[in-house]
Formats: sequence, structure tokens, C-alpha cells
Amino acid sequence: MKNTRVLLAKVGLDGHDRGLKLVAHYLMEAGMEVIYLGLRQTPEQVVSAALEEDVDVVGLSFLAGDHLILAPRVLEGLKRSGLEEVMVLVGGIVLERDVPRLEAMGVRKVFLPGTPPGEIVNFIQGAAT
Amino acid sequence: MSFTTDSGIPVKAVYTPDDFPERDYPKKLGAPGEYPYTRGVYPTMYRGQLWTMRQYAGFGTAEETNRRFRYLLEQGSTGLSMAFDLPTQLGLDSDAPAAEGAVGRVGVAVDSLADMETIFEGIPLDKVSTSMTINATAPVLLAMVLAVGERQGVPAAKLSGTTQNDILKEFIARGTYIFPPQPSLKLALDIVEYCQRHVPRWNTMNIAGYHIREAGADAIQELAFTLANAIAYIEAAVRRGLAVDEFAPRLSYSLGCFRDLFEEIAKYRAARRLFARIMKERFHARDPKSLLFRTFSGSCGSTLVAQQPLNNIVRVTLHALMGVLGGHQAIHTACWDEGFALPSQEAATIALRTQQILAYESGLANTVDPLAGSYYVESLTDEIERRAEEYLSKIDAMGGMLAAIESGYIGREIQAAAVRYQRAVDSGEKVIVGLNKFQSEEAGETPDLFEADPEVEPRQKRKLAELKGRRSPDEVNQALRQLQETIARNENVMPAVLDAVKAYATVGEICAVMRKHWGEYRAPVHIA
Repeated sequence: MKNTRVLLAKVGLDGHDRGLKLVAHYLMEAGMEVIYLGLRQTPEQVVSAALEEDVDVVGLSFLAGDHLILAPRVLEGLKRSGLEEVMVLVGGIVLERDVPRLEAMGVRKVFLPGTPPGEIVNFIQGAAT
Repeated sequence: MSFTTDSGIPVKAVYTPDDFPERDYPKKLGAPGEYPYTRGVYPTMYRGQLWTMRQYAGFGTAEETNRRFRYLLEQGSTGLSMAFDLPTQLGLDSDAPAAEGAVGRVGVAVDSLADMETIFEGIPLDKVSTSMTINATAPVLLAMVLAVGERQGVPAAKLSGTTQNDILKEFIARGTYIFPPQPSLKLALDIVEYCQRHVPRWNTMNIAGYHIREAGADAIQELAFTLANAIAYIEAAVRRGLAVDEFAPRLSYSLGCFRDLFEEIAKYRAARRLFARIMKERFHARDPKSLLFRTFSGSCGSTLVAQQPLNNIVRVTLHALMGVLGGHQAIHTACWDEGFALPSQEAATIALRTQQILAYESGLANTVDPLAGSYYVESLTDEIERRAEEYLSKIDAMGGMLAAIESGYIGREIQAAAVRYQRAVDSGEKVIVGLNKFQSEEAGETPDLFEADPEVEPRQKRKLAELKGRRSPDEVNQALRQLQETIARNENVMPAVLDAVKAYATVGEICAVMRKHWGEYRAPVHIA
């Protein structure tokens, strides 16, 4: 079985990526292949990287309150590129009341502040089996 | 069970005179306001003047920020601290495609001088000092403040305030850089040089450890990397031909307030001592003002917890206590609801009241450096200084901070510390009340959240379109051409930026000229 491939990115202008880099570290340690695109990615960049890298999971981190505008763009782009099978996860500073809206857009799971990174690893592993 | 500080320094059960012999007093401490300044940068500290209660605010449009500033001043705030939205920090106008969803979100949107004029409407710039958290676009925003001052009839020589203007930490911690490191450093020094001549009371840089800590560094790394950044700026300024004693007195610093009370206080004391020695021995500063590690302290937002959020008021009280016992010149206290969204006005008021209670009710400000002579605090101060110095030697051996950043060393060190911290939280070795211990099933207090106004972005775009219709295109174009020539000649950009700002050229237009010349930087990523 091939390793789970995970694409991580900060979409939007926010530059805080301590949390996302921690997640990257934990995922790699769990044996997954992680591609971290870095800061200030556009939805288009994320979609084309997802296509090129043939990933199973896309993880997006938002801390500046722009998730309801930017997450749907990534989801739509993935759909247009025929990547609706790719699991999209969101983490960061997201209000609980926004979770159902993100899920309705097609985000598989939203990880709220304080989530242990191990929980994200378990979620991806659980979804893969 | 082992006892350590939050940064892993072993802690003994009891400390005695063996840990801090009386004979060390004159050399290691000395009087407050005297070398090596361990006990404080001024002789009377808070008896002479209380710390500045500097609350960070700014959101939405210029009008809303103006209202919040006036409210804070009416409530007894003594300085303003301005937050800008990400497009402004990154040199993009509100109508840029990449700005969508970010306009007025984490700070105020400033496209042109017109916005800055509104922000300071009814706020006399000779009476209030303004601190601006702005880095890559600092020359543009500073020029706007100078222009507003001019319009209010306040000469540049009378303006006081701070530009954060600490671009190096953006590359290692906060991420709002635009240009590559070298031209970024040049721009930062342009402000230092310009203000030395024309705005003598302006604090040209606030070299910040706070963000380095928030990125995951421990207390020792925070101190060491902050000082390493300072050394890099000072060396570059000296290479430019500036005299240390001319510019160093206008540099200020900031450090975070994390969790471990004594470790943080020892960090601030060690910082003052180590910095004074570096300035004296390495840079041969003679003016005592050059030796002062004047600081602003900020509650580390990452210590706040979303679960049972009212507990954050207690955490923030401890942050303020560290700040006061640590002898800072200005203190910021975080709002308890910050972990969810921008603070509500009620939470912002509690944060300010917290400082006022410490200042006026607790007796904390009655005497200088009350923890001096504590065997534990002195021993910890020594140890933090020693460990920070080790880092500094290592960075020197790598060829200085710029090289250490570019090689990825600093990024890797911070990342490793962030992982260590997270592991300790995972295992429960580090307790976070409400998160990994003493969790509560009840949802707890739901904050009365600040709602981002969806009208802010369209309103700001309309204002920008109106401005573009109103101003003289010829004046704007000429000013931008001049700026381009100034950059090509490698001269100080400030005079040309000031002219461009006065012609109502926008932040985006001015930065586009710079982008065209210097290009944009893409930082290497370290996650392993």
C-alpha cells in the first residue's frame, strides 16, 4: 500500500504557521508523505499542487478569519480538477458556529483550537482504512 | 518527578546564598539605572513614571479605529498601539485580488494618507505616542504619520511613537515579509537613518522577541534570537556609517510574557544585563542611553486557552505581573476572548483594568525591582544569560544572524522547540488547565464575539476608488517615478516615500515600485 500523501498549505495572507508545521511534523513521524507549500498560497496554487503531487489529503490552516471565503475556493477548484475524492481538512482559529458551514461546503473535518496534533494523525489514518 | 522551568532549566528545591553570594551584587546587579542595568533602565522606575499601558487595537475601517482609539484614550490608555490588516502589512491595496477576505480583518485597512488622516481625527499627535506594528511596509506607514503630523501642525521633531520595523523576525517567525532579506534590511535602516536626522523622538525599531516566542521558541531562544537580530541591525547601521550613540538610543525591544513567572522575570533581567554588555564591549557605545534595553512586554496569545475562556483573565493578570516585576516600560495585556476572534470592547476594557489594578491597588509599583536578591531569581537570571550567550556565540560562528536565518538554522531550532513543547502538552507533563487537565463538560462562558462586518471590504474599496478619482494622477505618477529613481540610486527611500504619500499614492502603488526593483522573497520551509 502506498503511503498517504498529504498536502498542507497556508491559504491567504496570514503568516502564522507554527500550528501547521507541528501538524506536518506529526504526520511525517506517522509515516505519511507531507508536502508543505508554505505561506500565502492562492487556492489555485493549492489545487494545481494537489493535482501534480497526487495527494490523498489537503490540509488548510486559517488564523485570520478568512476561512469562509478561501476554503470554498479550494474545494471548488479541486472539484473542477476532478479531485473530489481528495479529503480536505481545516484547522486553526475557526469558530464552532462556522464548522457546519465548512462541512456543508465539503470540508471533511474541522480541527478547533487546542486539538492535539495526534488527533489529526489518527483521523487521517482512520479515514484511510 | 523532575522540576524544571517552562524552558527546561532544572529547578532546585531550595536556593541559598551559595546560588547568589553577596559579593556578586555590585558587578551583576548594581543600582537601577546604572550599568549593567539588571535592576531596571531607570533609577526610580515606576515611582518616577508608571509603565505605559499600551493596548493593541485597530480593525475595520479608519473610522472604526478612530472611534476605538478615542474610547481607549478616554478610558485612561496612555499610548496607542495600531494593528494593520494583512494587505496593508504586505503592501497590497484593498482592491487587490489577493486582499479579498482580509481587508480590515486583523487590523485597520490603510490604503492611503486619507485613511491615516481619518484614524487620527481629533487625536493630537503631539500628545499621544503611537506604536505601529508594521514591518515590511513601515517606511510607507511612517511617512503617513509624518504627513498627518504636518497637517495637524505638529513638527516631525515633536512626534513620538514606534515603528516595529523589525523585518528579520518576520523571516523566522511572523511571515509578513515582502522583499528578500538584504533589501528588507536596507529599508529598515532607511527609517533608522531618516529619523535620526528628522524625527529624533521616534523609536525607529522595536526588535521583537514576542513573535519568536509565539512561533515556538523557548525563553532562552527568544532572548538569544532577539539579541542576535539587534546585533545584525546595529552592525548594518554601523556599516552604513551611522554612529552607534546616534541611533541606538532610539531602538526599543519587546519580549513576550509566557507562563513561568520567575523564568520570564529572570529573562527580562538577563536581557538588560546582556544587552548592556554587548553594547558596551562589542559596539563601544558611550552614551548610557545606548545601553538601555527599553522594553514593551506582551501577553503571549498562545498561552490563552479557548476552553473555559474566562480563565484567560487570570492568565493575563499573571502576564501583567511578570511585566511589572520584570521592569518593562510599556505593557500590553491580552483580551480573554482573543482566541476566538478580535476582542470585544468589554474584554478590551477588562484587559486595561487588569493593568490599572496592578498599578494602583497592589503596591507593585512602590519599589524598584522587588525580586532582586532572591537567590532563585538571581540564579535563574545568571543561567538564562549564560545559555543565551551560548546561542549568540554559535550564531557569530555561523557568520551572524542573516546567515543563520538563511541557512535555516534558526527556523529548525524554533521548530524543534515547538515540537518539544507540544509533546510535553500531549503527555500531560505540561498542564494546561481546561485543555489537558480539569476539563469541563459544560460549554462554559460563550464570549460575546466581535462580529467582522461584511460591509468593511466593499466600503473600503469604494473609498479607494473615490480617492483615485479625486487625486491628481500627474502628481502620483511623478512621485512614483521619483521613488523609482531613488531606489535605483540606492538612496534612502524616506523622502521620496513621503512625497508619494502626500500625493495620495497608495500603499500598493508604492510597494509595487519596490517589488519591481527588488522582487518578492519566497522563504524556504523547515518542518522536520
